[in-house]
Amino acid sequence: MYRATIKRRLLPWQLGLLAVVLLLWYVLTETGVLSPFFFGRPLAVATQLVDWFGSASIFAHLGVTLLETLLAFVAGTLLGVGIGLWLGLSPFAAALLDPYIKAVNAMPRVVLAPIFAMWFGLGIWSKVLLGVTLVFFIVFFNVYQGVKDVNPVIVDNARMLGASRRQLLRFVYWPSALSWVFSSLHTAVGMAFVGAVVGEYLGSAKGVGYLILQAEGSFDINAVLAGIVVLTVCALLLDHAVSRVERRLLRWRPGQRESGSY
Amino acid sequence: MAAVELRGITVSFAGPGGGHTAIRDVDLAVAPGEFLCVVGPTGCGKSTLLNVVAGLVTPSAGEVRIAGAPLSGLNGAAGYLFQADALMPWANARDNVAAGLVFRGAARDDARRRADEWLTRVGLDGCGDRYPHQLSGGMKKRVALAQTLVCDPKILLMDEPFSALDVQTRSLMENELLSLWSADRKSVIFITHDLEEAIALGDRVVVMSAGPGSRPLGSHTIDLPRPRDVTEARLTPRFVELQRELWHSLRAEVLKSQRAPGAD
Repeated sequence: MYRATIKRRLLPWQLGLLAVVLLLWYVLTETGVLSPFFFGRPLAVATQLVDWFGSASIFAHLGVTLLETLLAFVAGTLLGVGIGLWLGLSPFAAALLDPYIKAVNAMPRVVLAPIFAMWFGLGIWSKVLLGVTLVFFIVFFNVYQGVKDVNPVIVDNARMLGASRRQLLRFVYWPSALSWVFSSLHTAVGMAFVGAVVGEYLGSAKGVGYLILQAEGSFDINAVLAGIVVLTVCALLLDHAVSRVERRLLRWRPGQRESGSY
Repeated sequence: MAAVELRGITVSFAGPGGGHTAIRDVDLAVAPGEFLCVVGPTGCGKSTLLNVVAGLVTPSAGEVRIAGAPLSGLNGAAGYLFQADALMPWANARDNVAAGLVFRGAARDDARRRADEWLTRVGLDGCGDRYPHQLSGGMKKRVALAQTLVCDPKILLMDEPFSALDVQTRSLMENELLSLWSADRKSVIFITHDLEEAIALGDRVVVMSAGPGSRPLGSHTIDLPRPRDVTEARLTPRFVELQRELWHSLRAEVLKSQRAPGAD
């Protein structure tokens, strides 16, 4: 409650800050201190947004990008949770795979994009797969850590109360890992978008990334910025949805934990 | 036949420098319905002893018999009240208490109903919906007690369960434990470092030697009448006498454990 009050009091200030930045941008580009060719114009960006949404021309592109993002997000999360639980509970497999997991994680996975494009063509699947590789590792490492981090006293207690291995998984390991899953999902949402947009940059015929690439090709900085605004708002909405589910599922937690950053 | 019998139990842990032996050559028997308190200086392997009886630790040597049968794996006849907070933070008090019943195959609704009954018995009527972080330390211990007792274990293992509570709450909990215990007389092994607590609760007190390689030194029968009120029992002349007697056997061990910095 206390937190909510502070949040509400801060809101006008936060909006004010946004207004100041926009105004500064407007004044600097209108007076020519910053070149509108490189920095765009706030009003032109707004006009571009109104145009896209007014003519509904954005929706075909946005739909593709969102579909890629959601598929990558869901598939990467499921894989990450599944394999994270498995390796967290079987130390031998974890020790065996450890160097490979570290290697694949250290590899800048965006470089896989051309390979995926060769394998799956220019459709949505090459983007989904790129997103999956990005999302998977974030979720996987968090679940793995979460399972290994379970308080051993709680495990012993559940065992003494008669829990079987499966019941331990369901009643102890899974709920304990869940709070880690959610803190990773906030980061994962952003990564799913990265996968989709970067994939689109590298070769596509549709999507917001494609739109941004087209605008860049014709030096239309305002359309590039408008595309970024659209992506940011979508990522925020998805993150908000994750937060809502999180609050429902993690009611037992004393306070909201800080979420990961992008 | 003893409810719990330990014969020549030794537990060694591997570690740097050859590891260490927590308890050595322990013989101990608990009669059915007996309330046994184990006292010893810090680091004397009291918890290890309890973990052996629970089946959480396999002894390096020796044999554990539960009601005459050798123990292998977890001790299904025992309920364990841990020293640390062991409630599942993601489940409310009712579901925490019901957990043991659910694990043993009871239907959820039935388990929850019986959990509510037990919450009432430990004085937490109407607190079933609260999560552990919304409960005080004493209330959490009550939930943990209900969680263990709802499964109706034949043997109750308690590892300094009240050590983190303030003095008043602690006396209250001790009295409640005694009244719950007197209802169906389970065999209890109660670990504590507090001599007064041991005398006030137990039928018998076993003093452990200083670790490492700790073992029981002697067993003292506590002949204070039951039912007992722990606060009033402490004021009787017999209590003071017993306390003096036991303190003599414990003091030497406390001094020894202080001289051995390696001990835990």
